[in-house]
Amino acid sequence: MDSSRRSVLKFFGLTALGLAAKPVFNAFAGEHGKSAMHFEKGAEALKAKQWAMVIDTRKFESPDELEPIIEACNKAHNIPRFENKNHEIKWIWETEYHNAFPQMPNRFLSEEAEQRPYLVLCNHCENPPCCRACPTQATFKRESDGIVIMDFHRCIGCRFCMAACPFGSRSFNFRDPRPFIPELNHDYPTRMKGVVEKCNFCAERLAKGLEPACVEASGGAIVFGDLYDPESEVRKLLRENYTIRRKQSLGTEPCVYYIV
Amino acid sequence: MLELAVKGDKKYWAWIVALLAVIGGAFLLYLWQLKFGLGITGMSRDVSWGFYIANFTYLVGVAAGGVMVVLPYYLHDYKAYGRITVLGEFLAIGAIVMCLLFIIVDLGQPMRILNVWLYPTPHSVLFWDTIVLNGYLFLNLVVGWNVLEAERNNVHYQSWLKPFIYISIPWAVSIHTVTAYLYCGLPGRGFWLTAILAPRFLASAFAAGPALLILLCLFVRKISSFDPGREQIQALAKTVAYAICVNVFFFLCEVFVAFYSNIPEHMDHLKYLFAGLHGHGLLVPWMWASLLLMVVGIIMTVNPATRKNETTLAWACVVIIVGTWIDKGLGMISGGFVPNPLHEINEYAPTLPEIGITIGVYAAGALVLTILYKIAVGVKEEVRA
Repeated sequence: MDSSRRSVLKFFGLTALGLAAKPVFNAFAGEHGKSAMHFEKGAEALKAKQWAMVIDTRKFESPDELEPIIEACNKAHNIPRFENKNHEIKWIWETEYHNAFPQMPNRFLSEEAEQRPYLVLCNHCENPPCCRACPTQATFKRESDGIVIMDFHRCIGCRFCMAACPFGSRSFNFRDPRPFIPELNHDYPTRMKGVVEKCNFCAERLAKGLEPACVEASGGAIVFGDLYDPESEVRKLLRENYTIRRKQSLGTEPCVYYIV
Repeated sequence: MLELAVKGDKKYWAWIVALLAVIGGAFLLYLWQLKFGLGITGMSRDVSWGFYIANFTYLVGVAAGGVMVVLPYYLHDYKAYGRITVLGEFLAIGAIVMCLLFIIVDLGQPMRILNVWLYPTPHSVLFWDTIVLNGYLFLNLVVGWNVLEAERNNVHYQSWLKPFIYISIPWAVSIHTVTAYLYCGLPGRGFWLTAILAPRFLASAFAAGPALLILLCLFVRKISSFDPGREQIQALAKTVAYAICVNVFFFLCEVFVAFYSNIPEHMDHLKYLFAGLHGHGLLVPWMWASLLLMVVGIIMTVNPATRKNETTLAWACVVIIVGTWIDKGLGMISGGFVPNPLHEINEYAPTLPEIGITIGVYAAGALVLTILYKIAVGVKEEVRA
């Protein structure tokens, strides 16, 4: 009895020691040679301190003009199409002025501006409340270029980020989306049920030196660039036009600007 | 002491089997949810938390309510509560077990739950919530169990328990504060964005928790030879009376701020809940019922005649439990999501499988509570025999 207790204690003691020592071994292992896996951005990748977008809403008159832009995104990212509105997945979509800017419900607005269709998507905020809320860092602000991005494999599906987002930019996979993807794009992963997703500013395209799909499909109405490069196209537009952002008063510093 | 839980009469075993049957049925529904996804619930892109999280929030309150017997007994040496502190602590354990189950059934990828601790994230309130809830469960298990065992052995409880007992008091406050912080720190959710949310949660907790405890005490007296005591029940009733008054007062403070300031973002949610917004008003009758029940609860617990009569007191407790449950369980969560951030209205109602799973979680909590109370009452009867 006594010896068996001793052996059990020994076993647990050694296990604890092993667990405690592992990080130390890892640290030493890290010093010698690089790990076998090594990733870096390609030479052709587009880089920025903080990606930002300017949408010139004056260039859109009817929802039909937004259709190809939204479709380009849906296709690029394997967005499923559901009949049930509760299960809907949206990365970029069309809405009305008072929905996009509920805090700026100016009365007697110019009829033309009020009736224009507005594109909304994740704002890739500089102070993203969703990243603050996420308990696993499955959603985080990428330090290299300010994109608010998701790790679909780490997300536990608690949906705290959805409650935290003041723009309604996030969607949850209420069921397996795969059977509902109209046309599979093999260059981008599909998601599984039970995880959150949203616009990623086409991080996968930027890495290959391409502009985001919506920008490419917009025929110049959407411009993409580095917010902190004074010479960027985005900064040029911001200098020359009066722009607004969604819910600026909340202090999240959205990076999607609208010329109205 | 566990042996006390397996010595019961036919009725006791029938109740246990009934609970197990409900849990089993709900578990099948949960397997369906696991297979299909959370799409079997009524939740949506706009109302992304529903019945599970609402009931979780309510039960955190019930768990925190247990402190209303622990605090007077250990801090103020209010001896009468010595008889029932363990009932308060065991109620807290049952409630926390349900809270944890509600979190698990609400997750889209429950098998990844350990990611919360594998990637500890101090800036996430949810991370802290898992810490305070599990901590509170641990504290109540350690304290409740050891104090009861000491009572059984007719000795004073171990002195090393003291720090745990003292810590458990602010800890109880912390569980509901952190749970409120889940909601009230979110920009752009006008209904929750109020500094009074945590105090309001606590007020409703200190009404609902002790009210449930009174009903449990009355039930224990009825089915066993152990009497939790008239004085104890009356003292609890006064706590309930104060807390429900404060809860309604806090609610009226919210109404004043929203409507006198006239800020649409803050008014809209209350309008949706109590009057309906743009023709949508699923919760309107519920919310008025809740308010009415809480007011009736105030009248019945503040008025000495109805408070001192244990029959009317029991009814008052039922009224208060139902009223605060509607307030927190139905209105508080979906009310915050409607209208959505784009000011669109998509209403939420739980689906049948969702309600089934919820009932299953309550049955699991009832099972834990039954076993713990069976042990506690068994010890009390033994000691008094």
